[in-house]
Amino acid sequence: MSEAVNNEERNFDPYAIPMDDKFNVADGFLFEADEQWKWFERLRNEAPVHYCSESEFGPYWSVTKFEDIMHVDKNHGIYSSEGGITIVDQDEDFPLPMFIAMDPPTHDVQRKTVSPVVAPMNLAKMEGLIRQRVCTILDGLPIGEEFDWVNRVSIELTTQMLATLFDFPFEDRAKLTRWSDLATADENSGIVDSEDQRREELMECLTYFGRLWQERAGKPGDDLISMLANGESTKDMLDRPAEYLGNLILLIVGGNDTTRNSLTGGVLALNQFPAEFDKLKANHDLINSMVPEIIRWQTPLAHMRRIALEDTILNGQKIKKGDKVVMWYISGNRDEDAIEQPNDFIIDREKPRHHLSFGFGIHRCMGNRLGEMQLRVAWEEILKRFDRVEVVGEPKRVISAFVKGYTELPVILHAKK
Amino acid sequence: MATIKFVQFDGTEEAVEAENGTSLMNAAFDNGIAGIDADCGGECSCATCHVLVDEAWLSKLAPITEQEDSMLDLNPDRATNSRLSCQIPVSDEISGIVIQMPEFQY
Repeated sequence: MSEAVNNEERNFDPYAIPMDDKFNVADGFLFEADEQWKWFERLRNEAPVHYCSESEFGPYWSVTKFEDIMHVDKNHGIYSSEGGITIVDQDEDFPLPMFIAMDPPTHDVQRKTVSPVVAPMNLAKMEGLIRQRVCTILDGLPIGEEFDWVNRVSIELTTQMLATLFDFPFEDRAKLTRWSDLATADENSGIVDSEDQRREELMECLTYFGRLWQERAGKPGDDLISMLANGESTKDMLDRPAEYLGNLILLIVGGNDTTRNSLTGGVLALNQFPAEFDKLKANHDLINSMVPEIIRWQTPLAHMRRIALEDTILNGQKIKKGDKVVMWYISGNRDEDAIEQPNDFIIDREKPRHHLSFGFGIHRCMGNRLGEMQLRVAWEEILKRFDRVEVVGEPKRVISAFVKGYTELPVILHAKK
Repeated sequence: MATIKFVQFDGTEEAVEAENGTSLMNAAFDNGIAGIDADCGGECSCATCHVLVDEAWLSKLAPITEQEDSMLDLNPDRATNSRLSCQIPVSDEISGIVIQMPEFQY
């Protein structure tokens, strides 16, 4: 309740305050209210590389134009990922090293060990099982009756997918959802009561996965844990439990929040742009170009951060060694200098994959094709079954400047005529 | 001008004429050759314009840069003749080059 009051009393108009070093977009409540768009628009127009001197995450630079973001993402020798990839600094007492938050060469060898699990050849093998699970979930949904799409479809589907990738005990799969939520929870979100609780639950995660590791060490397999436990560059990782936990969290969050929120985002987008839904219904082949458009329009991870390793200049601004640099993918994906009519959801764009949601450069999302495949299969099966997925209330959004997503979306399904 | 022969994974062959100075990636794109995604648009940042260069032509190309090497490395199916087509400029010297498409872009 206090949070709702807090948001109602706030003035979200970015033009009501001066554009100076107090202009701060890294505010989870701004995203919860879906009021961040104009703030980024103002940054892109007036201060595309902007220094904010005070925030709950300390001082940071915001990079908001598509081309500048591409430049930072490409130049990993200047903009380091070491020590964390979100605006939140890592907890020094509880560090969680993971390969996304490392520079070459360690990044490269660790990534290489696990990336075959999401290689196209492996995905082709997995598609049948994914489709089967999608069908079971969709066939269990009520027609003509309100329910929460996030809980019944998006969470359930991505959790089952993740359980498949880890070959995780299916009956315990809800634990994966919990660990994912826990890892990214904003302190204002109510998901955890305290930092101690977060650590305690993350240690349970480590214990659980430690057991799976021991069961699988010495036995090569196609799942992520077997790959880590038997991979040349990672097989001693269990001796570095923080690093094992860090990489688990990376794979859990990477495969969970992102697809979950894109599955919800697609439903919302097609309701907000009904003419696009008509196009889709007339031509189901458009699913292929709609999927990357959903991922752009949603931008399920709003930013990634880097640290400058040297003094450098970015679009005329002097960035100092050690400065925190935040690439706002959510803003670059709405940059009209890079994307035509960027605020519109258009399912037949000519180059739909030209978006920032997966990042570019050596840290580009490893699971990008898996995410696309899950969305494609889901939409193929949705269109086979239902005439319409009608949104019947306002979505509730995640309080976070990192995970751009939904906690609730009430819908009613209409039967196919 | 150079003639470039693209060979799809299924064996289908298509030869195109391309202007000097453009990239192999653009030559494929401009001529509607399937099999190249080029998500980043030619910035050597996504590795979705991966091609396999016929061995006989490899030595005629400029060596792989560090950036291209690290991007190619993201691909578990990288082969000894793997290159990113956005990093290969078209010139008279490579007229006749044979480019094999991989089964998937990663």
